[in-house]
Amino acid sequence: MRYLEEFRDADLSLGIASSIKKLATRKWTIMEVCGGQTHTIVSHGLDDLCGPSIDLVHGPGCPVCVTPVATIDEAIAMACLPGVIFCTFGDVIRVPGTDSDLLSARGGGADVRTVYSPLDALEIAKMNPSRQVVFFAVGFETTAPANALAALRAVERGVENFSLLSAMVLVVPAMQALCRSPDNRVQGFLAAGHVCTVTGTAEYEPLAEEHRVPIVVTGFEPVDILSGLHMCVESLEGGKADVRIQYSRTVRPGGNPSARDLMDRAFVRVDREWRGMGIIGASGLDLAPGLASVDARSRFVLAPRESRENTGCISGRILRGNGRPTDCPHFGTLCTPERPLGATMVSSEGACAAYHRYRLHEGEDMP
Amino acid sequence: MCLAVPGRVIEVTCDEPFERTGRVDFGGVVKSVDLTCVPEAGMGDYVIVHVGMALAVLDESEAESVLDALRELHSVMGGEGR
Repeated sequence: MRYLEEFRDADLSLGIASSIKKLATRKWTIMEVCGGQTHTIVSHGLDDLCGPSIDLVHGPGCPVCVTPVATIDEAIAMACLPGVIFCTFGDVIRVPGTDSDLLSARGGGADVRTVYSPLDALEIAKMNPSRQVVFFAVGFETTAPANALAALRAVERGVENFSLLSAMVLVVPAMQALCRSPDNRVQGFLAAGHVCTVTGTAEYEPLAEEHRVPIVVTGFEPVDILSGLHMCVESLEGGKADVRIQYSRTVRPGGNPSARDLMDRAFVRVDREWRGMGIIGASGLDLAPGLASVDARSRFVLAPRESRENTGCISGRILRGNGRPTDCPHFGTLCTPERPLGATMVSSEGACAAYHRYRLHEGEDMP
Repeated sequence: MCLAVPGRVIEVTCDEPFERTGRVDFGGVVKSVDLTCVPEAGMGDYVIVHVGMALAVLDESEAESVLDALRELHSVMGGEGR
């Protein structure tokens, strides 16, 4: 068992899709929360395989995409401070701020470095004691334990030139906000498997019950996603609003207690702004008061600035599940991965980037 | 962003709590991975790794039982699909 090829089996995938078609007696709208799942669905055409009864909508589960322009502007301003080495995941570097992006800042002389892990940024800090190293801590609960470990280790090892600029977000409050929105049309969720690997499923039970939505914690390979959809349709057809785990090889109901402990030690929950969704209560993580010494916002005072969204971009609607990339008049014309108007076209997990890569020419021969 | 990849632990290089580290083989590519959050992971175990940190030990019997159930569903459906 190598845990990859087995879950990419084409025959098995087609069989599950066929079973979903038979199971569904009416149209069901199901949201896959995670951008990684969106990518698998679009690249393999899993939505087409399931037939017209399953309306798959893409969710807000791309942390790069939901980071608001004001935070990108803050990151650019911090990267441009003298003596700063600004470390970031590669996905973020081309997300447009109000006037610029981190890549352009690098072109202008800022020391912006892409790293694979926050722990690598901590190593850069140790190797450059005369410089200030800031790590742009973007991510969901999946990434938060590694960010927490970097923060806690910096304090424990006395790495005084390291700090984090937090833009971390939490999935369940966003799902809650979607369910409460008056224009919500989601009837069932595929929850993000790797988030739940850390958190477990306890927080999903009240959400499923309150909004009468079944939630299936699902993996990322084609067999996982189709199997998660099958389980979700089973629940919907049976009138059940339950929480089930499809991705049981990785996710335990209690999550990972060690990872959650790291997060509890390092962070506190705060209200946070999401692109397209506004401010959601207790939906973000910032450094705990005891770790203010590694909080970049405490260390650097930036001049106030005004941030503006690009008004031509509909990524907010797409992130709420109320629009598809192809609904946007700029998709593939004014907005491309090379010259993106919004974050959903930049991130490898953004819905617009996935459609642009796999479906740009779809329907061109249609009347 | 939440991409996480399965790999096999081939060596535990440091076993101190809060510093636990190992070498993990991702289909031929070997990387150093932080094992702080998987104290139970040992040599030969598959772990799921995100941004250099292992988040869970994969459960082979669960993986097999999910695949078995799906294969059964497939055969009940008469191998339909193609």
